This record gives sequence, structure tokens and C-alpha cells, in this order.
Amino acid sequence: MPDVNTLIEVALIIVKVVIVSMILFSLPLPLTWLERKIAGHIQLRLGPFRVGPHGVLQPLADMIKLMFKEDITPYKADKWLFRLSPIVAMVPAFAVYATIPFGNTVTVPFINKEISLHIADMNVGILYVLAIGGITVYGIMLGGWASNSKYALLGGIRASAQMVSYEIALTFSCVGVVMIANSLSLVDIVHTQKGAILGILPNWNIFYQPLGFIIFLIAALAETNRIPFDLPEDEGTLAAGYHVEYSGMRFAFFMLTEYLAMVTVSVLSVILFFGGWNSPPLVPETLNNLIPPIFWFIGKVAVFIYFFMWLRFTLPRYRYDQLMTIGWKILLPLSLLNILITGLLLI
Amino acid sequence: MKFDMINIYASLPEIIVIVSACALLIIDLFLKKEQKRLVAYLSLAVVIIAAGETWRIAGNPLLVFDKMFIVDNYAIFFKMLFYLATFLAILLSINYIKIEEIEHSEYYILMLFALSGMMLMASGADLLTIYLGLELMALPIYMLVGFMKKDIKSNEASMKYIVLGALSSGILLYGISLIYGLTGTTQLSELAAVLKKQTDIDSAVILSTIFLVAGFGFKVAAVPFHMWAPDAYEGAPTSITAFMSVGSKAAAFAVFLRVLLDALSPVSLNWIALISAISVVTMILGSVVALVQTNIKRMLAYSSIGHAGYALLGFVAGGSDGIASVMLYMLIYAFMNMGIFGAIIIMRKGGIVGDNIEDYTGLAKVHRGIALLMLIFLFSLAGIPPTAGFVGKFYIFMALIHKGFIALAVIAALTAAISAYFYIRIIMLMYMKEPLHKFDLAQTPATRIALAIAAAGTIIIGILPAWFIELVQKAVFS
Amino acid sequence: MVVEDKFYNLIFAIFILQFREHDMEKLFFLTFAAIAVISALAVVSVRNPVHSAIALIVCLFQVAAVFILLRSPFLAAVQVFIYVGAVMVLFLFVIMMLDIKRAVITSFLPSGRFWIIALLLLLIGEIVFTLADSKLVDIQMAQASLDGTVMEIGKAMFSTYLLPFEIVSVILLVALMAAIVMGRKEIK
Repeated sequence: MPDVNTLIEVALIIVKVVIVSMILFSLPLPLTWLERKIAGHIQLRLGPFRVGPHGVLQPLADMIKLMFKEDITPYKADKWLFRLSPIVAMVPAFAVYATIPFGNTVTVPFINKEISLHIADMNVGILYVLAIGGITVYGIMLGGWASNSKYALLGGIRASAQMVSYEIALTFSCVGVVMIANSLSLVDIVHTQKGAILGILPNWNIFYQPLGFIIFLIAALAETNRIPFDLPEDEGTLAAGYHVEYSGMRFAFFMLTEYLAMVTVSVLSVILFFGGWNSPPLVPETLNNLIPPIFWFIGKVAVFIYFFMWLRFTLPRYRYDQLMTIGWKILLPLSLLNILITGLLLI
Repeated sequence: MKFDMINIYASLPEIIVIVSACALLIIDLFLKKEQKRLVAYLSLAVVIIAAGETWRIAGNPLLVFDKMFIVDNYAIFFKMLFYLATFLAILLSINYIKIEEIEHSEYYILMLFALSGMMLMASGADLLTIYLGLELMALPIYMLVGFMKKDIKSNEASMKYIVLGALSSGILLYGISLIYGLTGTTQLSELAAVLKKQTDIDSAVILSTIFLVAGFGFKVAAVPFHMWAPDAYEGAPTSITAFMSVGSKAAAFAVFLRVLLDALSPVSLNWIALISAISVVTMILGSVVALVQTNIKRMLAYSSIGHAGYALLGFVAGGSDGIASVMLYMLIYAFMNMGIFGAIIIMRKGGIVGDNIEDYTGLAKVHRGIALLMLIFLFSLAGIPPTAGFVGKFYIFMALIHKGFIALAVIAALTAAISAYFYIRIIMLMYMKEPLHKFDLAQTPATRIALAIAAAGTIIIGILPAWFIELVQKAVFS
Repeated sequence: MVVEDKFYNLIFAIFILQFREHDMEKLFFLTFAAIAVISALAVVSVRNPVHSAIALIVCLFQVAAVFILLRSPFLAAVQVFIYVGAVMVLFLFVIMMLDIKRAVITSFLPSGRFWIIALLLLLIGEIVFTLADSKLVDIQMAQASLDGTVMEIGKAMFSTYLLPFEIVSVILLVALMAAIVMGRKEIK
């Protein structure tokens, strides 16, 4: 028989997986509400207001609507792929969180056991996140192709070219961080960002890698297909792009994926460039003892999510050739330059 | 491991070729359309400089880059052979690619990259470097074969070559991975040492030997892995056909020899029968199928297959004589094949493609010099004394007979007699018939130089073989 | 009793991690290998090129999984990253633009040519029997640790394998250049 400790470990992992998945599954509900509210306020209107106070129950109503909506599969679609695609898009979005650290170790009261706030600390963590994150594009591409509709196909083709182009810059922008941390593990990367520079500034990578962060941010925006890079679903020219033929829950899966991608990018920005769960240095000790690190983490992520939503209602969309030019002719050389500079400074 | 400057020193010729190819790529951007020819002259200069550097580091064998790269006389001999092939091919190309309207400087740059691949193959002392050198050689050649983008035959040739080439690379890699799994090393001499220690030969060694032979067999175009050769030779620009039939074949033979007769020599009993069978069918198919060809490039492709068969006999003979005979054969083949392709290239002007054997009817009546040169090259290819081709075949047959493979020698002599027919058929057409049309040859000083070098090589080796035999015997690896 | 015990272990191995590491690994390996072979067969036998490409993606994923079993998470991540995340996306990108309907009609597998398949089966049989006879099957994998592989790979790449590394970079450059030469428009 396996010993008790092993069993507890296994049980813990399962519990963690379940908790993280539940949170991720329900996250789009507040996020859609938030996005619509922010959109409303930026555009000087109120946003959703009918269902519940300030419209907070609107996402629930939307969810019920999507669940009961008829699930249509187009007659000439590749049925098998059409049904598979939303899931192919969604699973990687969840799988990424297997290695994301949300906080330091915490001691659980009552059983007095120390647990770490990540599911698995892989020694190739960041590569894993980028690799698995890159698979989402298959859902989009295949969904676009399987719909057998020209708008959807164009959306799929745009998505594939865009993802491949920006994935390179995205990965290279992370290399600088990896060089500083001397590790690919996300936990190690956060640990190296402890402390302060000159006692005032937090010892976060953003101060060492400003260029890397800017490249990361732009490339990540493109990878998540958000404005100003949302050409795969450009409603002006492609109706709704790759998911034009989807309805009901399958459409909801695509939406879920998109929101999760935004969260993932925010989480990654925080971990790689903003010190993860580390608190800023000037926070008094007593406050620090009061607030668990995970709240710092969540707070920083929330700021980023707000930032991405803000961008969405501020910036216009790029043209496709501009998108390619930015990716290949600006971001890629800059990211290589960033690696070079980092290397020279680290010697 | 601390990096040692000896690594740089030993690989300087390769570095020169690769770095200057990259530099030419940049220089090309600043050249006007009319100035593109400059790249050809610069490439010639690169080849000469690299040859000089190779000559300078000759002497004591160097084993560098963690035993992955070797500079011994054997490698230097083959590198010189590659320089020769590249030099002649570039000379022959200058006017030809202008006629074919494919005058881009990438043509020469790709040739230089292919040259660097060949050099790495010759110097490869590890299956890893050998494989990578092979790929570095093959990739530019795939592209060069399809360089005439508007010509459907060229496209087809490139496509067939790349698909079959990729397949053969896969087979080769599978063989290498099996060997690595069994012995834990890919370094050739270590491999030989491990295999020598094993008393009973593992069945997987045999399997991997078969895979290696198949993989290299593709590259030297031995039957039954020859299918790509006729199409690739016919479709490619003729100058590239010359380049690949000489350069890439010699490179493939260089590594084939090193792998089989150095690393796998302890298990030679396993592959001798295999190689003998392959060489016999290769010789027979090469000479019989060439009989019925009407396109001269296709005919020469089959002839090239046949010549690979003869060279494979040297593997069977084995020992230093066997190795030396293959090396000499490759040298001679370089001269005579470059020569005959050079003659075909200068036929290409205006309306005549010069691809059909019929095109040569009555050439001797109009252009005596060219016809005479073709006569020499064809005699040499057929193996008729006093040309170099005779010396090459003779040396291989002698090595075979010394080792007691008399039956093989007899078969080889018979196929040589058959193959003489289709070479002499062209000579008949040139000398015995009246010209059907006006000849308008694309002669330039560059092609004249190339043909002169090829003819000189073919005749001198034929008349004074002793010096060259001594040369190759000195260059044999131990 | 013995049989029952084994069965019990197997069930446990499936549900509870790391009970019998060896059995567990074998089970995982066989699963991955079986899926890899089946999907590889699907690549060449299905009619729709898009389905072929998907089968190839599945196959590459299984290879990545085998890398993890070989204690090389770095290679596994890179395999997924490069082959699945980039190469196959471009494959699909091209295939999606093809006229699939025409491609679907012509089958890849030349079912009429019996002897090709027979020869192939013969070759596979030969490989299987030779390998079964070899001591290759008895070689035990060295127990390698999961830590530090990235650093080891990096160091080896720039010391022991410096030459192959450099050659590969030249090969990639040549491939890039050849692709551009092939793809560009002729400027008159």
C-alpha cells in the first residue's frame, strides 16, 4: 500500500486542481460585467443596469441564455472538427494554470500543514506556459476552417498567421527575465524579485527589463486577439470572424477562452515583470503581516485586467499589414536587441 | 571544456566559405543588375582562398571540436576535390545562367553553402556532424535543382529530389539512432573500438548498417535508391547537374567510405555482401538503361549511376588499396564529368538546348576542338586507354582481384563493355554524320578555362597515373 | 494469489500516482506509443489533409509525452512549442487554403498497389524481429533527475556540441534563404 503521505499529496493536488478550475470557470462572469461596465463609463453611458443592482446579475442571465440557446451545426461544416474546436481552444487555457504560482506557501489552519499555492512547480515552467498557451490557436483555426464559411475561414487564417508571428516576439521578450532569474521555473522567477532597489523601488523585473516588458505586453495583446489586434474576429470586415457560425455553449467556450487568455496574460505580466506576490518595499511590516501575499498577487492582476479592458475601448484596430509589420519588423528585432543588451549587462 | 583556438584553426576553410557566403549575400544587395556577375568572380576567389587555407593546414591530422571534426589527408584530398568541382561549376555557370535567364547571385551563394556542407562531410568524424554536413549540402542543392522556377521539369526535379532526399535522411537518422542506442557513441573511431570489443554481433547492428547503407546509397544514387537521379539530373540547370554529379557524389562517397571502412569495419562481413549486390545491380542498370536514352543529360545520369557502381566495388575490396581506388576514381570522375557537362553547357545557346543526343550530329565537321574534347571525355567515361577513366577502372579492378573477388571484376568489366556502346554512339554521331543544323556555341573565356582544366586532368592522369596513385595512397585514412 | 496481486497493483497504479513507478511508466509509455503509432498511421491514411495534419499534431504530442518519460521536460516543452505550436500551425495555414474537396477525392494510400504495402509490412516485420533479437530491448534507462536538464543542455550545446550547433544554424539560414529565393517574385 502507498503510504499516507503520498495519498495526502495526491489528494492535495486534486483539491488544488478542482479549486483552480472552479475559479477559472466562474471568472468570466464578473469579467464580462466589468468589461461592459468599463466600456459604458468610458463611453459616457451606464452599461448594464437592469438585472440586479448595477446590473451585477447580467452575466448570470447571459449564461442562462447561452445554455439554453439552440446549438447549431452548419449543414456543410466538418461536424467532428466543428464540435471539437471550442474544446481544443478551451483546454489549453486551463492547462496553463498547472504551473502558475499564485502565492508563497501558506500554512493551513487546523491540520497545520504547509502547502504551496501552485499545482506544480515545473523546472521548465515558462516554456510550458508559452507552449501550451500556443495551442489555443488550433481551436480558433480549426473552428474557422470547420465552419465552412468564408468569414470564419478568413478569421482562422488571420489567427494562425498572427499567433505564429507574435509568439516569437513573446517568447524572446521572456528570455531576458529568464536570464536574470537564471531559471525557467516561474516560482524561481518570482523569488528573484524579492527585496528592493536602493530601498525605495521594488526589485521587480520591470525596472531591469522595460523594453522586454513593452514587447511582452504588445505581443501578448496580439496573442490574446484583443483590440488593437483582434483581426481574427474583426466585426467590421469579417462579421465575427472565426466564431461566426457558433452559437450556444460552443460560442460560450470561445468567449471563456478569450477571457481566460486575458487573465493568463495579466498573470504572466505580474509574475514575470511585477514581482508576483511580492509586496512593494515601502509597505509597513505590520500591514505586510496582515495581508497575505496572494492578495498582492490578485491586486496586481486586477490592475492589469483593468488595463487591458481600458485599452479595448481606447485604441482603434490595426490593419492586417500593419499588424504583420509590427510583429516582424519592429517587435522581433527589438526583442533580439533586448536579449543582447541583457546579456551584455549580465556579464 | 575550455575553448581552444585550434578548433578555429582546423576549421578555418569552412569558416571562410560560410562567412564569405554570408558576406556575399549582403554585398549582393548593393549591386546593380548588370554587376551581379561580380558575385561569381568573388565566389571563385573564395574557393581559391579556402583551397589555399586548406593547403596551409595540411600536415598533421587534427581531431578537434570534441572529436567531431577531423582534418587529415583524406579530408584534405576530398576538400580539394570539392574546390575543383565548385570552381569548374562556377566557371561553367557564368554564361549559362545568363542564357537560361536565372542570373541571380543567390545561385553562387547557394553553391558556396553546398560546398561548405561537403567540406563538413569530408571532415566529419562523428555521425552527427556527418549528418548535418549532409543536410547542409543537400538543402542548397535541392534549391539549385529547382532554380529555373518557370521550367516545369526543373520544378519536378526539385520536388522529387527533396521528397526522396528527406526520406533518405530519415532512414539514415534511424540507422544512426540505432547505432547510438547500441554503442552509446556516434564518434566514428570510438564506434569502431566498441564494435571491435563485441564478440557476437548484435542483430540491431546489422539492421542499422542496412539503414546507413540505404541512406548513403540514396546520396550516391546506387540502385535501388537511384530513382531521383535521372529526373533531377535532367531537370536541373546543366551547370548544377555537373556540380551535383561530381561534388555531392564525391562528398557522399567520402563519408560512406569513412563510415563503412572506419567505424563499421569490425562488422565488415555483414555489409560486404550487401554492397557487392548493390554495386552489381547498380552497374548493370546504369549501363543497360543508359543505352535507350535519347536525352544526353538523362543518359549521363544513368552513366553516373553506373560509375557509382564501379566505385562501390572499391568498398568491397576494402583495405587501403580499396579506399585509394575509390578516391582516385572520384578525382578522375570529377575531371571527366565536369568536362562532358561543360561541353553540353556550351551547346546551349539560342534555339538549341543541347539536351538531345541527336543535337550533336556532325559536330566534328564544324567545331573540331569541341568535338575532340568531347571525344576525350567520352573515351574516359567509357574507360578506354590512354584516358584517365581507364586508370580509375583499372585500379579498382586490380584492388578487387588482389582480394580475390574475381567474379565481381569480371561482371564489372562486362558492364564497362556494354556502357562503352552508348558513349561511342555519340562519338559516331559527331564524327560520321553530316550536321543537321548550324552550330552556335556559347563559348566564353570562362568555359574555355574550365574545359581546358578538365581535359588536362583527364589526359594527365591517363598518361601519368603513378603520381596520382601515390597521392591518393598517402591520403588514405588509417 | 500472484495474479490477483498484480492486478491489484495495476489498478492502484492507474489511480494512485507513483505506487509502482516502473509499472506506471510502462503503462504510460505503452499508451503514448500506441497513440503515436495509430495517429501516425492516420496521417498517411485519412483522406482529408486537414485531418492528416491533426493526426500529425496528436502524434507530435505523444512524442513530447515520451520525452517527459525520458526525464527530459525541456525537450518535451520545446517539442510542443516548436512542432505543435509553430510548425504545424503553418502547415495548417497552407492546407486551409487548398481546395480540400479535390484533395479528398484522391486517396493517399494506393490501395491498388498491394505489393507496396506487402513490402512495407515485410520491412516492418524485419525491423521488429531484428530489434526483438537485439540486446537493445534489455537496455535499462539510466535514472536521471528532472532538475538542471535545461542548464546541462545549454552547457553541452555550447561546449561539446558547439560544432553541430553552429552547423544547424547555418542550415537554418540556408533554408530561410532558399525559401525566399523560391518564393519571391522575379523583378524584371
